[in-house]
Amino acid sequence: MDDLIADFLVEAHENLEVIDVELVRFEAAPDDRAALDRIFRLLHTLKGAGGFLGLARLEAVAHAGETLLGRIRDGMTVPAGSVGVVLSAIDRIREILAGLSAEGAETAGDDSVLIGELEQLSEGKAATLEPPPLAVGDFDPELGRALRPGEVSLAELEAAFQAAEAAPSPAVESVGEPIAPATAEAAADEMTAAPSAQSIRVGVDVLEGMMTLVSELVLTRNQLLQVNRQRGDESFSTPLQRLSAITGELQESVMKTRMQPIGQAWKKLPRLVRDLAKDLGKQIDLVLEGEGAELDRQVLESIRDPITHMVRNCADHGLETPEQRRAAGKPETGVIRLSAYHEGGSIVMRIVDDGRGLDTARIRDKAVEKGLATRAEAEAMSESAVHRLIFAPGFSTAGAITNVSGRGVGMDVVRSNIEQIGGQIELQSQPGQGSAVTVKIPLTLAIVQALIVGAGGQRFAVPQGAVQELIRVGPGSDHRVEVIGRTRMVRLREHLAPLIDLAGELGSEPRDGDAFVMIMQVNKHRFGVVVSEVIDTEEIVVKPLASVLRGIPLYTGATILGDGAVVLILDPNGLAGRAGEIPAAAQAAANLEAFEGEAAGERRNVLVVRAGGGLPKAVDLAQITRLEHARADQIETNGHRASLLYRGRLTPILKLDDSQVLRTEGKQPLIVFVGALFAMSLAVDEIIDVVETPLNIELASSRPGVLGQAVVAGRATEVIDMDHFMLLGLAEMAKAEGTETERAAA
Amino acid sequence: MSVVDYVTVRVGGHLFGIEALAIQDVFHPRNITPTPLSPPEILGVLNLRGRIVTALCVRCRLGLGQREPGRPEPKAVGMEVGGDNYGLVVDSVEEVVKLDPEQMIPPPDNLPARWAEIIQGVFRLPDTLMVVLDARRLITGVGQAVAA
Repeated sequence: MDDLIADFLVEAHENLEVIDVELVRFEAAPDDRAALDRIFRLLHTLKGAGGFLGLARLEAVAHAGETLLGRIRDGMTVPAGSVGVVLSAIDRIREILAGLSAEGAETAGDDSVLIGELEQLSEGKAATLEPPPLAVGDFDPELGRALRPGEVSLAELEAAFQAAEAAPSPAVESVGEPIAPATAEAAADEMTAAPSAQSIRVGVDVLEGMMTLVSELVLTRNQLLQVNRQRGDESFSTPLQRLSAITGELQESVMKTRMQPIGQAWKKLPRLVRDLAKDLGKQIDLVLEGEGAELDRQVLESIRDPITHMVRNCADHGLETPEQRRAAGKPETGVIRLSAYHEGGSIVMRIVDDGRGLDTARIRDKAVEKGLATRAEAEAMSESAVHRLIFAPGFSTAGAITNVSGRGVGMDVVRSNIEQIGGQIELQSQPGQGSAVTVKIPLTLAIVQALIVGAGGQRFAVPQGAVQELIRVGPGSDHRVEVIGRTRMVRLREHLAPLIDLAGELGSEPRDGDAFVMIMQVNKHRFGVVVSEVIDTEEIVVKPLASVLRGIPLYTGATILGDGAVVLILDPNGLAGRAGEIPAAAQAAANLEAFEGEAAGERRNVLVVRAGGGLPKAVDLAQITRLEHARADQIETNGHRASLLYRGRLTPILKLDDSQVLRTEGKQPLIVFVGALFAMSLAVDEIIDVVETPLNIELASSRPGVLGQAVVAGRATEVIDMDHFMLLGLAEMAKAEGTETERAAA
Repeated sequence: MSVVDYVTVRVGGHLFGIEALAIQDVFHPRNITPTPLSPPEILGVLNLRGRIVTALCVRCRLGLGQREPGRPEPKAVGMEVGGDNYGLVVDSVEEVVKLDPEQMIPPPDNLPARWAEIIQGVFRLPDTLMVVLDARRLITGVGQAVAA
């Protein structure tokens, strides 16, 4: 059979199915203009294709049907039995098509009765079984005769072409489409109905498959690059670089196919807020910013509900009634502001309201009531610790407040949803000023940033999102390991975290003495995992383990590293299961001690610097080795990275944020510190002062590298998280040198 | 007479046959990453041309003891079971023999339990016996055999 006809048959059958559905809909609701338009258009398409392929019967039947529908579109009341007759016309077309597909050509047959019926109806008469008059179409004044079935008047043709010129119809490429739409209106409709002829539908599974393959390709590329780096073979370098660039672009394009704007997850919010405002008698402005920021559809799905929940919380509990707001000297209309923006490989979303803020007294009461803390503990907690309480499982002030939501209802669920996809959530609140929830989520789940650690003579990968902090323990470290009963634990600011030894858990000799501790948190359970070394950070593709290994709770999967070796991926949940609980008495004592320390105003020497924009920054002097002013020409920059030649080796210079610009002449002030085992430095713009002050962090920060805000010398100052930069520096070193990290004694 | 191809492998001096159709490849199991806490028959995981393959020690599975030191490097027979890739680590891979399954003798009744479930039957070859392993059950039974 002719390819042209085969294609036409496929399309015609699809169209007929749609017409069936639409006709039924039209019958039920005769004023459904859109349904009628669609039927008309599809029938018209069939007629056009029939004419083009020389299928006279099909063309004639379709034309008669179209004429009737055209009349109805023009406002004629629908004569009784119309739908039935049009349906039989559709059936007739099916018969003709069946003959066509069997014979390869149109079979003979008499359609005059059916066409007669259709024409009768077109003239407004009820359907009869009388023999039909001669087929007469619309009278065309320019031709001076009636149009024959399938013919289109010149005026219509003209109009159609004019409409088509504005936006070239995609129809030109496919055979089954009309050669010329009958009316300008129909043509225009066609274009609005199919707005993006430039897009095609692809199954999600196809995209998933592509994503997997590309992830593999990325890993293979990493492997190749590493091999080449070790061999130093120049001849491969150029093609490899090209391969590397193309792979990167390919990865990006494939990722893009799965990306959707975050606004998709916000769509229901305006309506939700409007309804809530009505129910609660409040005036609320919902401001959405950065809807266009895109993220993986899988991630998008998992944050949809948490977002809705948090916005509902803001509307219900964050914002006050107009009277309360007036009394507080605020505008009557409260504002809920959602914003989203990209930051590195993550998307940061903020939900801010200008309401009353969290009621910390009430939360304290509730915590005591729920048995989450004793009265003394609750009173001893810092503001931010109290804010964190609303994320605690089982903490809820629901029911007592309203039936819409409770401040804190299910915030633990929100938190675990966010953490499940490797995200972080933080809450800040100022009494009377409002509250802000900051959520940081990865753009995609396909490739995970992982920390590669060593334990028991073997390497393991840990999803980096699960690691909150990295500290050193052992002689000469600030962090003490304490033993209570059989539980080993480490003191971390005001908290005690139980420790598990990774090597010991895996059946090897536990690590003695010097070690790293990864501080992890799963569902409010904070614990430390002792490892012998921190090797690298690397992008990994998570692969499932074979079924015979799936029962081991410590692993979530395996991955192939850049050097080709397979490493197991540790499961934070599994590790949490191994970490014991801190005896309540010990925790209470620690809290109290921390509180007393705070109250006594434990004074520290703090270095105050200016770096990047915003507030001045503070660093605990105990964490710094020394300050240095390096000559700008001693600093080597390579893209985003900078390094300083120091004692014969390149040491990384880290920046507080990407916006910071290093000096190109004169001297660059640097804070030199020893991260893990390497010296590295943090670039600052200006060193302001060293002051002795208590360092109480009031506002926790969501920004990486900043612990939070504290008041230093009477000014709000951001306290720098040196652990973060230590990790960053370590990763830089590892990247620069491959995994063959030299161990230079610090 | 229908003929089936069997790949013969040697483990602890015994000759075993595995249906060739089930076998994807034969390779040297190198750079195995141990999987602590796994059943003892599992040697670990390795990277075979970008696939993660779980290496399984056939000696341990059959209770034939540790490999004697100084023997040549072991080989692995790769196969896919339930969507996962496995490598059965054996002492050596010998040849492919064509045999008529009709000639296969059912396994003797007095086999130890851990053998009985993974042995399909025995062929009497001119100079030796070849025990046919059910590779699928050899893999899926891992971990359960330990309890037995």
